[in-house]
This record gives sequence, C-alpha cells and structure tokens, in this order.
Amino acid sequence: MPYGSSLVTSGVLHRFREGDLDAFEALFREHQRFVFGWVLRMVRNPATAEELTVETFWRIHRARERFQPDRPFAPWARRIATRAALDWLRAQRPEVELTAEMASALPSASTGDPGIAAEIRSKAALAFARLPPSLRAAAVLAVVEEQPHKEIAAALGITVGAVKLRVFRALRLLRKDLEQQGITP
Amino acid sequence: MNAHDRNQMKELLKEALPPIAADAEPERDLWPAVLRRLDEDAVAPRREISFSMPWFDWALLGGLAAFAVSFPATIPVFLYYL
Repeated sequence: MPYGSSLVTSGVLHRFREGDLDAFEALFREHQRFVFGWVLRMVRNPATAEELTVETFWRIHRARERFQPDRPFAPWARRIATRAALDWLRAQRPEVELTAEMASALPSASTGDPGIAAEIRSKAALAFARLPPSLRAAAVLAVVEEQPHKEIAAALGITVGAVKLRVFRALRLLRKDLEQQGITP
Repeated sequence: MNAHDRNQMKELLKEALPPIAADAEPERDLWPAVLRRLDEDAVAPRREISFSMPWFDWALLGGLAAFAVSFPATIPVFLYYL
C-alpha cells in the first residue's frame, strides 16, 4: 500500500487526540516506517534515526491536543520528526562520528583513481557536515534524496523559495570549503 | 556560482552521501521504546518552572537593595542613569 493511502479512520484520529493509547499505537504502526525513513535521510545514521523516531512519537503524543483530526496526520508527523532531527543535528559537533561513518559507508569509485575519488568524496562529506544544520537538512533532502521542494518546505516550516535559497547557500558554502582544502570540483 | 558549478556540486554531494534506500525501516520494533518513554514521562515528577539566576546576580541585586535602603536619596540618581 503506498504511503498516504491511510488505513487509519477519522475515528482513530479523534481518539488519538483524546489520549487513547490504542489509537496512538495504530498511528504509530502505520507511520513509524515513514518517520524513520525521513529522519534517516536527515541524520544518515540508522541507530540515531531509531532513537529520533521514538523521540518523534513521544513528541507527537505530547502534542496530541494540538492535532486537528480533520487534517492529515502524515505532514504533521513529518514536521515534528524534522524538528526532532534538526534539534539533534544542532546538538552535534561537526566532524564527529557521523562523518566518519559517512566516509566509511561511501561506495567505491566507478571511474578514475578510486583512492583519489574516495578522498574527494570523504572531504566533501566532512565539509557537508560542517554546514549549518538548517542548510544541511534542506540540501540533503533536496539534492541527495530528491524530495519535492514543497514537502521539504512543509516539513521545515518555510517557503519553497526559502528551501531553494538554503540549497543554493549550502552548495556555495560547500564549494568554498572544498576550495579552501585545495579541491576544485 | 553559476548553474554549471551548482550541478557539479550536486553531483559531488550525491556521490559523497549516497541516497537512503526507499524501503529503509528500523531493525527492531520501536513501539516498546515509545511506551517506555511515555512511562518515564508519566513517572518523572513534573519540573517546577523555576526562576533560575546565578548567585552573583542575586548578590548584585542584594547589594543594590542594601545601598538603596541605606542611601534613599541616591535612588533618583540611579533611575536617571538607567
């Protein structure tokens, strides 16, 4: 079943809002994979994405009284998940384990000198990790994961124009950082 | 940065950070962890909203209050310079 064609009825959404735990579990079962995938795209680490999925559903439960049952659940959940992931990204020091894991997970080069290509990719990943979290989130979702700008904008709570601007700034800063390291893409 | 540079940076970024598989899912059932988190929240005493101020701010405030009580004539001068 494609994501978005919900099995959850309006009654479940109303009961969730009133604090019914069974209704909350039904929503969790339907949306956990999507929330996990979205957060994973932002933080690039499965263990962290699992923790943040739990954090997201905890926040969802806490904020249930603000949920409007006549509106779709998924975009609301995605927005809360995005905030949780951004909070985590902001709390991290750049260049810590995240980037080491990124670098180790890089696929081998298909053309040219594999060693050099891997080094460039590794430096690019490190430079990317040094970007401000808000720019990183927009760039990774738009460029790497190719998510629609409209969805990214809704998740980040900004306009489509602001998403494009953040992506542009992220790419410009990334290029500048790489140039300072002597790499001209 | 022109469009060509932007496209180059996009390609490099895609190579540096491979996209996540569309069918990515957690390795374990996360529902028990969510329940634990909710339980912790229910058990933990609600934190009182406290007005926290470092000790030296309290000392300064106390000193000012003592000064104002000892020399009330200085209060208008103080207020003038605020």
